[in-house]
Amino acid sequence: MSDHSSAPASAEVDQDRRGFLTFATAATGVVGVAFATVPFIASWSPSERARAAGAPVEVDVTKLEPGQMVVVTYRKKPMYVVRRTPEMLEQLAGHDGQLKDPESRESEQPEYTRNTARAAKPEILVLDGTCTHLGCLPKSRFEAATPDLGADWPGGFFCPCHGSKFDLSGRVFEGSPASTNLRIPEYSFRDETLVIGVAPSEKGVA
Amino acid sequence: MAGSNDALPVRKGFLLWLNNRLPVDAFMRDQLTGYYAPKNFNFWYFFGVLSLVALVLQLVTGIFLTMHYKVGEATAFDSVEYIMREVPYGWLLRYAHSTGASAFFIVVYLHMFRAFLYGSYKAPRELLWLFGMAVYMALMAEAFMGYVLPWGNMSYWGAQVIVNLFGTIPVIGPGLVDWIRGDYGIADATLNRFFSLHVVAVPLVLLLLVALHLVALRHNGSNNPDGVEIKANKGPDGKPVDGIPFHPYYTVKDTVGLGVFLMLFAVVLFFVPTFGGLFLEAPNFEPAQPLKTPPHIAPVWYFTPFYAILRAVPDQQMGALLMALSLIGFFLLPWLDRSPVKSTRYRPLTWKIALTVFTISFVALGYLGLKPAEGSYVLAARIFTGLYFAFFVLMPFYTRGESTSRVPARVTFHHD
Repeated sequence: MSDHSSAPASAEVDQDRRGFLTFATAATGVVGVAFATVPFIASWSPSERARAAGAPVEVDVTKLEPGQMVVVTYRKKPMYVVRRTPEMLEQLAGHDGQLKDPESRESEQPEYTRNTARAAKPEILVLDGTCTHLGCLPKSRFEAATPDLGADWPGGFFCPCHGSKFDLSGRVFEGSPASTNLRIPEYSFRDETLVIGVAPSEKGVA
Repeated sequence: MAGSNDALPVRKGFLLWLNNRLPVDAFMRDQLTGYYAPKNFNFWYFFGVLSLVALVLQLVTGIFLTMHYKVGEATAFDSVEYIMREVPYGWLLRYAHSTGASAFFIVVYLHMFRAFLYGSYKAPRELLWLFGMAVYMALMAEAFMGYVLPWGNMSYWGAQVIVNLFGTIPVIGPGLVDWIRGDYGIADATLNRFFSLHVVAVPLVLLLLVALHLVALRHNGSNNPDGVEIKANKGPDGKPVDGIPFHPYYTVKDTVGLGVFLMLFAVVLFFVPTFGGLFLEAPNFEPAQPLKTPPHIAPVWYFTPFYAILRAVPDQQMGALLMALSLIGFFLLPWLDRSPVKSTRYRPLTWKIALTVFTISFVALGYLGLKPAEGSYVLAARIFTGLYFAFFVLMPFYTRGESTSRVPARVTFHHD
């Protein structure tokens, strides 16, 4: 190469300079490539249409009979809304010893539902109906002491996929593959209308 | 092995013109007629070439299925039914593709077991093993996303379970899951990107990795059941005395293996394409229902060993972590195994027991992954998970300084 160079044969190559320039060029190129990946990676995020479809949903809870459950879809996930009877609420305190997280310390829920009833209004239970294990749908099994779930079954939710059991507040029983209680979405009430997806502090409708 | 000194055939006319522009004859000599493979290959050496056959089969059937399949939440399931009922021979293409996926994994698992048996992952073939493992990973991604495409109920819920595994990663998990799905649940956006990855991106990666796997193989040549390096013993003509040209000797042998493989494949394809729910599960013959899980979610058989490990742990985060670690064990194999001897034939009883226990554990976990996670199944899964990990974690200890028997200088024919 030096044979064809116009530089004098005696001139020594400044390796430090050459190394620095090579490194600087390569580093600039890497930064450029990193920026170029942004649109590709960002294109995988939920689209504007998906975001719009994920808007809050409203449920008229006055139409719920005591002990009745309705399922509404919010952000592709089933939301369980149950109007619990006074008897259901009473027995909640009776099995803390069998629960993994009776006080919902490790579980995901808004602050205003971190209580025994796990609800803003004790009689209205709102749960994200996807199992905290692997996202199956626990079935409502409100009847206590059934033959298949045992004499000490207080009523609650049972996941048919991997056998996780939850009580009538969605709290997980010991021996379940799920490690935390069923999640609770942000929700609030506008008069008697339940609004899932809007926290009580948020003003207006999102 | 490339660079055999055999003279190239003398060409005239078109073949001369061609070889001056594309080294066809030199390539044939270097890779086939002048490539010497150990002469003691046995039954286990069919599965490399059969993996290649399965890959081609999947590519061809996949290309033709793509001509009729309509990606999308509203159209995917119906288009698969359309292929099954109305496209001429569509049922054959579809079942060849779904059965082909299982056949691919069968031959790949046997191919991998061969490497365990004869130490084919050891120096100087560590990279060959790693490329092979990368192929295996890409294959699992490909199979998972392919299973989502028919948009049956098991497609949907399988995707739900697997994608949610990423949600167990601390801090970034929940956001990562939304990013992978492109929505707040498994949705149209998810199906579309899985389609793109399944038919374009992953196959390209697979082909590249297979090419690297083959280049690395040809560089050092195949291992063999005795674990003897045939290049260490060359005759006066400079060729390994224990080697025979790949073509025609092994091309002929492999053709016989191919014939047997295709016969077995045809039996499954024509008589038991769903293989009793192992190759295609019953819930996948009903459309995806986001608000109704199948009564029992199990992946297709080739994922079940890892699924069993996932479910063996009562804590989901630990379960997902353990499942990831169970795959990393394979990658580290060349460095965990400290024995200087390659072939199981010349290794002591400790290794033979360890390999047997591991093989039994892997198959047992595969069986348990198909069963519901309850009662004694869970206990059994925990025991076999423990044995599975013991095989890898304790390997540096039980293989270091093991008392091997003398490895012969030449390959033998005393064993099967």
